[in-house]
Amino acid sequence: MSEIAGKLFSWLNTRLPIVNTFERHLSKHPVPSKVNFWYLFGALASVALIIQIVSGIWLIMPYSNTEEEAFSSIEYIMRDVDYGWVIRYIHTTGASLFFAVVYLHMFRGLLYGSYQKPKELVWIFGCTIYLAMMAEGFLGYVLPYGQMSYWGAQVIISLFGAIPYIGESLELWVRGDYYISGITVSRFFALHVVALPLVLIALVFLHLVALHEVGAGNPEGVDIEEFIDDDGVPLDSVPFFPYKVLNALVGIGVFMTVFAIIMFFFPEGGGYFIEMANFQEANPLVTPDHIAPVWYYAPYFTMLRAVPDPLGGLIVMAAAVAIFFVVPWLDRSKVASIRYKGIYSKIAITLFGVSFLTLGYLGTVGVTEVRKIMSVICTVIYFAYFLLMPIYTKYETTKEVPKRL
Amino acid sequence: MQDKDKTRRKVLIGLTSAVGLSGLPFAATPFIAAWNPSAKAKAAGAPVKLDVSKMQYGQQIQVAWRKQPVFIIRHTKESLASLELVLSKLADPNSDLIAEPYKGLYPTRSKSSEYSVMSGVCTHLGCAPKYFPEVEPKPWDATWSGGFFCPCHGSMFDIVGRVFKGVPAPTNLVIPPHMFDGSILTIGEDKEL
Repeated sequence: MSEIAGKLFSWLNTRLPIVNTFERHLSKHPVPSKVNFWYLFGALASVALIIQIVSGIWLIMPYSNTEEEAFSSIEYIMRDVDYGWVIRYIHTTGASLFFAVVYLHMFRGLLYGSYQKPKELVWIFGCTIYLAMMAEGFLGYVLPYGQMSYWGAQVIISLFGAIPYIGESLELWVRGDYYISGITVSRFFALHVVALPLVLIALVFLHLVALHEVGAGNPEGVDIEEFIDDDGVPLDSVPFFPYKVLNALVGIGVFMTVFAIIMFFFPEGGGYFIEMANFQEANPLVTPDHIAPVWYYAPYFTMLRAVPDPLGGLIVMAAAVAIFFVVPWLDRSKVASIRYKGIYSKIAITLFGVSFLTLGYLGTVGVTEVRKIMSVICTVIYFAYFLLMPIYTKYETTKEVPKRL
Repeated sequence: MQDKDKTRRKVLIGLTSAVGLSGLPFAATPFIAAWNPSAKAKAAGAPVKLDVSKMQYGQQIQVAWRKQPVFIIRHTKESLASLELVLSKLADPNSDLIAEPYKGLYPTRSKSSEYSVMSGVCTHLGCAPKYFPEVEPKPWDATWSGGFFCPCHGSMFDIVGRVFKGVPAPTNLVIPPHMFDGSILTIGEDKEL
């Protein structure tokens, strides 16, 4: 029996690079021997992506992408499809948690300089994934055709209208109708379930290929390639399989537990994951009292509101996302990790974190005079963190990075 | 390979690329054009025509255009004359804050000296304001001289849709493009605009 299995395997292996790939990317792929929990979020993000794809495929089956039936098909999934509610809540919870782990993953990158030479491309692919995710999340939120789907999309699509000269016709082109109708929903559906997932998967593939080419980082910012054994394997490394894989499994276990708790007990996330207004069908004649985005867009929504002019708001919002792409060239520090950077970097990243969270909070609540001033201040801090980075990283005193991990 | 051949190859590559690229806009056209409003969507959003000559003086009717209500009012001479009286209550009497299509044409804000044509969507949160033409004290305004009152959040507008001061709605009601051909009113299209 085992002889037949062995023959079958060798038949396969001469036709498909199974052993080679397994060794190159898993059992012989060296990763730093000492990392911390911040290094788990990449693995968790890929788990979240798989969850979204699988639950998404199952949601497509009973969903109907027409103006008349979109909203009622969601209620049909929730009430009449066996376990439909589980599948839908997996998808909605998954979307929020996907963003949560990606935000933490990005913050890890900023903390430990995961974008520094030679990892610029890994970082840029990552930023592009984030951009694609934002588009994907927006398109998906429109599909239930609830009140918040409609009016949220109204706000976002009217952003195109702020572009001079072509704005209005661009709006009409995006909607394909004079209001957000079934035509808009069905084209968003096509983009949400086919086009953007393809883009996302391709980008994740590139992100990982580029990462495996340059090697994973560590919280010390030590270059483990400096000290290698006779076989060329870094001394301060362990093979990805089984060490890193087993390690990640623990993290995945915790992630799944949190996931299940939210999904079963707080699926709406207190109105942050699924907004209450979205339990009403879209009505072009009645605007909800309070239009707020889902939490993961909230910081950028606050920036949009902080600028009185719509075009200016659009530019600020786009710049806030675009600025991530150039971080590898803004950081002029000799060291990668925040542990060895100077006091300015530490203050800057703390202020940045606080202002980002504050912006997020402000985006989910109504506008008052005080909050308006706060959102302007936080927007300024947000941009100052990036724009002043070339100065404070260059002129601060850094600590000596150890040679070994 | 000789230099001459290399140049030849470059020219050929350049030419084939240029020809290939020139096909790109043609290939892209159907994919971009398919996102335009379809014939069905255009038909559903087409201008609305109606005969307004049968309307009573002071009457207000509602028609739907692109899924939104449009108000049409046939004003009396007296009500138009009374527009001056509410000026002090208005936030933006000359519609300077919005893009007004027929600014300064008639006090009705429309293309007719007799009829007003305005979008029936409150500029606050999109409710439909209600028409109260009577000149009499109202629960929301003791000196009411006719106009629109929004039941949702209490915004007030005069009979030509100009917003009052101190109400939630920020701007006057929007005037959609329209034209009159005798007594035939077309909403959603204006050949002169």
